[in-house]
Amino acid sequence: MEPGSARILIVDDEAVVRDSLGDWFRDEGHEVDTAESAKVALEKLVHQNWDIFLLDIRMPGIDGLELQRKLKEAEPDATVIIMTAYASVESAVEAMKQGAYDYIIKPFNPDDLEHTMQKAMEHKQLVAENKQLRTKIDELNLAHEIVGTSAATRRLLEQVAMVSASDTTALIRGESGTGKELIARAIHANSDRRYLPIVVVNCGALSEGVLESELFGHEKGAFTGAQYRRKGKFEMADGGTLFLDEIGDIGLKTQVDLLRVLEEKKIFRVGGNVEIPVNFRLIAATNKNLETMNAEGKFREDLYYRINVFSITIPPLRERCEDIPLLADHFLKKFAHSMNRPVMKISGEAENILANYEWPGNVRELQNAIERAVLVCKGRTIERDDLPLNINQGSNDAEGRSLADIEKQHIKRTLEETGWNIYRAARLLEIDRVTLYNRLKKYGFKRETPVRAPARAKANEHSG
Amino acid sequence: MRSNAEIRIVPVGPADRDLLEYLALTLPGRFGWGCVEVTANLSLEETYNSTRRQYHSTALLAQLRELAIDDSKILGVTDLDLFIPIFTFVFGEAQVGGRAALMSTHRLRQEFYGLPADRRLLLARAEKEAVHELGHAFGLGHCRSFDCGMRFSNSVEQVDLRPCQFCQLCEGELQGISGFNLAA
Repeated sequence: MEPGSARILIVDDEAVVRDSLGDWFRDEGHEVDTAESAKVALEKLVHQNWDIFLLDIRMPGIDGLELQRKLKEAEPDATVIIMTAYASVESAVEAMKQGAYDYIIKPFNPDDLEHTMQKAMEHKQLVAENKQLRTKIDELNLAHEIVGTSAATRRLLEQVAMVSASDTTALIRGESGTGKELIARAIHANSDRRYLPIVVVNCGALSEGVLESELFGHEKGAFTGAQYRRKGKFEMADGGTLFLDEIGDIGLKTQVDLLRVLEEKKIFRVGGNVEIPVNFRLIAATNKNLETMNAEGKFREDLYYRINVFSITIPPLRERCEDIPLLADHFLKKFAHSMNRPVMKISGEAENILANYEWPGNVRELQNAIERAVLVCKGRTIERDDLPLNINQGSNDAEGRSLADIEKQHIKRTLEETGWNIYRAARLLEIDRVTLYNRLKKYGFKRETPVRAPARAKANEHSG
Repeated sequence: MRSNAEIRIVPVGPADRDLLEYLALTLPGRFGWGCVEVTANLSLEETYNSTRRQYHSTALLAQLRELAIDDSKILGVTDLDLFIPIFTFVFGEAQVGGRAALMSTHRLRQEFYGLPADRRLLLARAEKEAVHELGHAFGLGHCRSFDCGMRFSNSVEQVDLRPCQFCQLCEGELQGISGFNLAA
């Protein structure tokens, strides 16, 4: 069948309608069959699928309305167009209430008929696409990445299930790298809002002015550089979920604005005077102690109570050591697949090292360690030497255990492993190149051999 | 050109002499057949539907078919409003590969849409519609190309968008049927 054409079944007791319409649709490139009664139509339904059904409303025996009911029982997504005379328009309206897509009045205006058919075909395609995407979303949601069997993880999953079922604001707490965004995505994926977007805003990465514009959007000319009207994240999350990461980093003014939005569910764009209703579920996350910040006057008490309706604390990895082998195996499979490497398992010795390490960078650090190990591993098994140096040597000594020390070592090692390829190093570290550059300056790292222009064969590594 | 192969234009109802003359002048260039105007006695009353206040196109076409002699093609030209039972109106009707075609100027006139008359536009639209219906009579089906006179039109706007000439494929097909090479 050609693109833009459909399989159409015309059901009408008048031969002239069946024949003329059939010829007309065939001329337009559609595949057409006809039935002189509802009974014949239902028999045809057993043998073939149709995209669009054109049903005459008045037929002897089973009429169009009844046929539509039977069709919808067999094929709930059937696109039905009712054909009616002026005298029975009321019945056509009734048919639409029962799920008909549209109705056309006899005799047909050729132009209207063409439009109705085009609209019906687009509708049919959209319904099919929507169904396909929903299935895909459900499949993806089933495969979410919360891995572990420890009591802490089981408790975490219970909490996710509990809060997902409601529309309650959730506050996720946990050290850096514990997977707060993952939990937020899991809540969204299990909620009724899952088919609509989850919009993520990292509040810590934006200055107050930029954050305000990001959240609320702006009208054209609201400030220098605002050349176009732009929707903010509140509006973009309409019907879905807004995830505010690092909520402890937002300034006091934005805290007031945010509180007002949460209370009133309405916003004004920056520079705008039109009230826009918003509908989102808020999930906030922080690695800071909001209670202390509150006592110090850095975080508003009213906002704290507004967002702390259901609190989930993700335990650090060191407190759920029994999850480490499972997580390591999960990441091993993930990276072996994405990097197309034949790495199959982790040696007992390496596993032992992983289990005994403190993991100050939590799951993110474990993930990076396995990613690196898969990258450098020469055989099918990850050995002790494939692990990053700080993990391999154990960092349980009091000296060199600060986060800054570990960061410094980790960056240095990653740069060495990637041959100072800043793009690859930044990707492995999951930071942008500017941040990496700033860290190099901060720690005084310098490449010993001069950087040469990338070879042509490597040019595709640049994102452009 | 085959003997007796000509297009016979038949006025259906009151004739618009100027329009018939224009069509007789232009159509040979499109089909390569001579074009003559003939008159005939048709029973218009038989085809009139008083409820719809329109003339049944298929019934008129059947009468026109009887007028064809030898290999000629009949083109009925009318200003009456035409219908077929399932549609509110038709611009024209023809049988693919048949001996007759019928076209109406009723809904090609700007006045029908409450606009000032535009003679030039009417002639251009009438020529397109004549070419389209005769195209069917010569054996061409509808074409999906926007650049073809055989593209289906449901409204006068679509008639305006449609060109008078055929696309390469339809032109080739027509040459095979009529033996006329437009490019020659």
